Amino acid sequence: MTTDTINESLDDAHNDDHHDHKMTGIKRWLYTTNHKDIGTLYLWFSFIMLLTGGALAMVIRVELFQPGLQIVEPDFFNQLTTVHGLIMVFGAIMPAFTGFANWMIPMMIGAPDMALPRMNNWSFWILPFAFAILIGSFFMESGAPNFGWTFYAPLSTTYSNGSTAFFVFAVHIMGISSIMGAINIVVTIMNLRTPGMTYMKMPLFVWTFFITAYLLIAVMPVLAGVVTMLLTDTYFGTSFFDAAGGGDPVMFQHIFWFFGHPEVYIMILPAFGIVSTIIPAFARKKLFGYSSMVYATASIALLSFIVWAHHMFTTGMPLFGELFFMYCTMLIAVPTGVKVFNWVATMWRGSLTFEIPMLFSIAFVILFTIGGFSGLMLALTPVDFQYHDTYFVVAHFHYVLVTGSLFSIYAGAYYWLPKWTGYMYNDSLAKWHFWCSLISVNLLFFPMHFLGLAGMPRRIPDYALQFADFNKWVSIGGFAFGLSQLIFLAVVIKCIKGGDKAAAKPWDGAEGLEWTVASPAPYHTFSTPPKVD
Amino acid sequence: MSRGNQRWLMGIWLFCTSLFSCSAWSDTQLNLTKGVTAVSREVYDLHMLALYTCTAIGVVVFGAMFWSMIFHRKSKGAKAADFHESTTVEILWTAIPVIILIAMAVPATSTLIDMENNDNSEVTIQITGSQWKWHYKYFDQDIEYYSVLSTPREQYENQNGSFEGNGALKGKDYLLEVDKPLVIPANKKVRFLITSDDVIHSWWVPAFAVKQDANPGFINEAWTNVDEPGIYRGQCAELCGKDHGFMPIVVEVKSSDDYDAWLNEQQALTAKAADAEKASLSASMSKDELMQLGETTYMAHCAACHQPTGLGLPPTFPALKGSAVATQGPIAEHISLVVNGKGMMPPFGKQLSLKEIAALITYERNAWGNDTGDLVQSSDVKAASGE
Repeated sequence: MTTDTINESLDDAHNDDHHDHKMTGIKRWLYTTNHKDIGTLYLWFSFIMLLTGGALAMVIRVELFQPGLQIVEPDFFNQLTTVHGLIMVFGAIMPAFTGFANWMIPMMIGAPDMALPRMNNWSFWILPFAFAILIGSFFMESGAPNFGWTFYAPLSTTYSNGSTAFFVFAVHIMGISSIMGAINIVVTIMNLRTPGMTYMKMPLFVWTFFITAYLLIAVMPVLAGVVTMLLTDTYFGTSFFDAAGGGDPVMFQHIFWFFGHPEVYIMILPAFGIVSTIIPAFARKKLFGYSSMVYATASIALLSFIVWAHHMFTTGMPLFGELFFMYCTMLIAVPTGVKVFNWVATMWRGSLTFEIPMLFSIAFVILFTIGGFSGLMLALTPVDFQYHDTYFVVAHFHYVLVTGSLFSIYAGAYYWLPKWTGYMYNDSLAKWHFWCSLISVNLLFFPMHFLGLAGMPRRIPDYALQFADFNKWVSIGGFAFGLSQLIFLAVVIKCIKGGDKAAAKPWDGAEGLEWTVASPAPYHTFSTPPKVD
Repeated sequence: MSRGNQRWLMGIWLFCTSLFSCSAWSDTQLNLTKGVTAVSREVYDLHMLALYTCTAIGVVVFGAMFWSMIFHRKSKGAKAADFHESTTVEILWTAIPVIILIAMAVPATSTLIDMENNDNSEVTIQITGSQWKWHYKYFDQDIEYYSVLSTPREQYENQNGSFEGNGALKGKDYLLEVDKPLVIPANKKVRFLITSDDVIHSWWVPAFAVKQDANPGFINEAWTNVDEPGIYRGQCAELCGKDHGFMPIVVEVKSSDDYDAWLNEQQALTAKAADAEKASLSASMSKDELMQLGETTYMAHCAACHQPTGLGLPPTFPALKGSAVATQGPIAEHISLVVNGKGMMPPFGKQLSLKEIAALITYERNAWGNDTGDLVQSSDVKAASGE
């Protein structure tokens, strides 16, 4: 950065006169410290990653359309499932939520920007490098990581294809980015709330991101630790996970899932926040049980630290371990149930309308609950022995992550698009997006329950003949769902280019400070703190 | 109904029936298997209990949602009420789920205690997973063998069937068949000691409700007691590398008498194999014989990694065609590599007979244009493996 640009951005920070001092062209995006710009970058990045990870899934579904090896080798198939999982978790869902946090948290708490704007810029701009390394490994001699997104040792150490170093480096960068993003969210919420906005007056959206950020700060270092141990085991002769040297491969799973289970809630708590914002707006009724929602979110976050080994019931845990983790896992159903009941009570005797954000939110509540039901079934250790590592699990986590997290992201995107772009989205195109997605996603994931119960293991490139029919349906659903997401791209591009002018508050039931500013939101908002009683 | 509509409906109906009329559809299973053991039936009952409970809760919750979506809509003139808090209701819908959960946890706990009780077994078998086969060793019986996928490569590579109509060319137990199944007696408590030679595998037979990870360097326990003789099939359940989808498990459950007969037969076979091994040391095989046996052995044990073409899948699995070891290096080194393994390559000394190894080495040194002209006999293998 030249001295001039530094001075310019310093000027920016102290400027109260609402003039936009943005640079032009690519520099605006590279050097930006504006929370709205960075939010936009995160959202576009995550959508590109969604399409990339989706493209990998399409190849997987072509391969599984019929029995027999059709178009890819088994080893490449493993690379596809691994990178699909990593991209969707770390590249699509998590950055999308960070994008929402960046755009909305300052506007919801009446702050002028995020508390640490330069770190904000950095935490976004290292992400593309992480994914360039990860995706680039497809084109290297070793091939991409092929040990599953859970990278169990020793498959990922002694027996890896040589991609471990790239994988570890990419994950380290993603982790640094997430930790910085999370610190920024915590610092912003603690320090920049407008006078009068006490913690228990914050929108629930802000609460869920606040708690999520703490989860991130707590567990991303654990992930960094475990991948580093993986690295030294593979290349520097340590034996953390190698029994021959006094280590233990199951210890890998304990450390990984100590990160991995809170990670699951990192990807769903913000979704709760988005849906808890949208349902009251279109029910024209206040969110039922606000404080119980806050406590439920916090309870889920705390419980998420003591349930990790329910991913490991078949590893040979002692009976008391299995019982402890089974009971704790079942307990999570209680606060999660409270949330669902509160959403239903919010809708009850409301004055409902069904705009696109509401449609996605209702679909979220129903389909996420189905994912929750299969989660409860999976919690029962004896039956988990049958479900574990089958398509039943694949169905379960896609219900909570796709019809859960992803649908909430769509709901939020439609809800705030008018605020972001200043235009209303094309309603009929958006309806096509919703209905095509809803039908195809169920065709895609619901039959997976049956496949798993019938005994089809996950992560296999070919299968026995009794699984053939459902796999065909699942693949058809997959292609349809993949194509439907392109409609969303069309909606967004159309909406950026123009459309009906959006009012400052286009939804009559919406509440919150973000609707007190114009649409599109000015480049700088709330340079003087708004009043909240 | 208009004619056009009728034609549409007819078309849709035809499309649907064509989708559902696949030959395999009748075999499609929707629910978890009940299995053939007391434990597997308990597990099934628990699964159904959980399923019914979830369905009931779903009906109530989704019912309330749909009621509200139908009757509380603005277009019907619904005015929003303004209640938004009730401690009583919150306590109620915290307490009721807790009671339901306890009702589910009680049977789950007792089933789990049952499953984890490995005492008083009558037969003990050690199961060892390795990439990508299972090894079974009967305690106190001097019987041990490997169990490998027996579905021919042509079937899963869609050779001579390609994309269209390949279902017809595949056998009934496609990918769920092995050369030598695990044999256990019916109505006896059989204990499995499960471990691995390389990465983590997971031994799973749905009909027994047994799924236990095979961890390298550690031993896990599981047990079963099967009521009815029969053949039961399962698969490896933990991602274990390239051919994770190609290491099935087949268990043949025999009546007590048949099992004893089988044990005797196996012991006789083991003795015979030892004799053959001795005899092969003094015998000399022709090149044709060696190449023929070598090709069969190679396809069964080596082709998964080094490929039928000998080109391998570099960099993980090196090519043998034109490789230093198989063309220039001394024969003894080549033998030692196959017998003892190296790095990711497993040792085959335990798994193959001297004759098979001799044939295999001969094949590898003469196939795919390697053409060294080297002939390797059983005695060479014995000498080189230093026994």
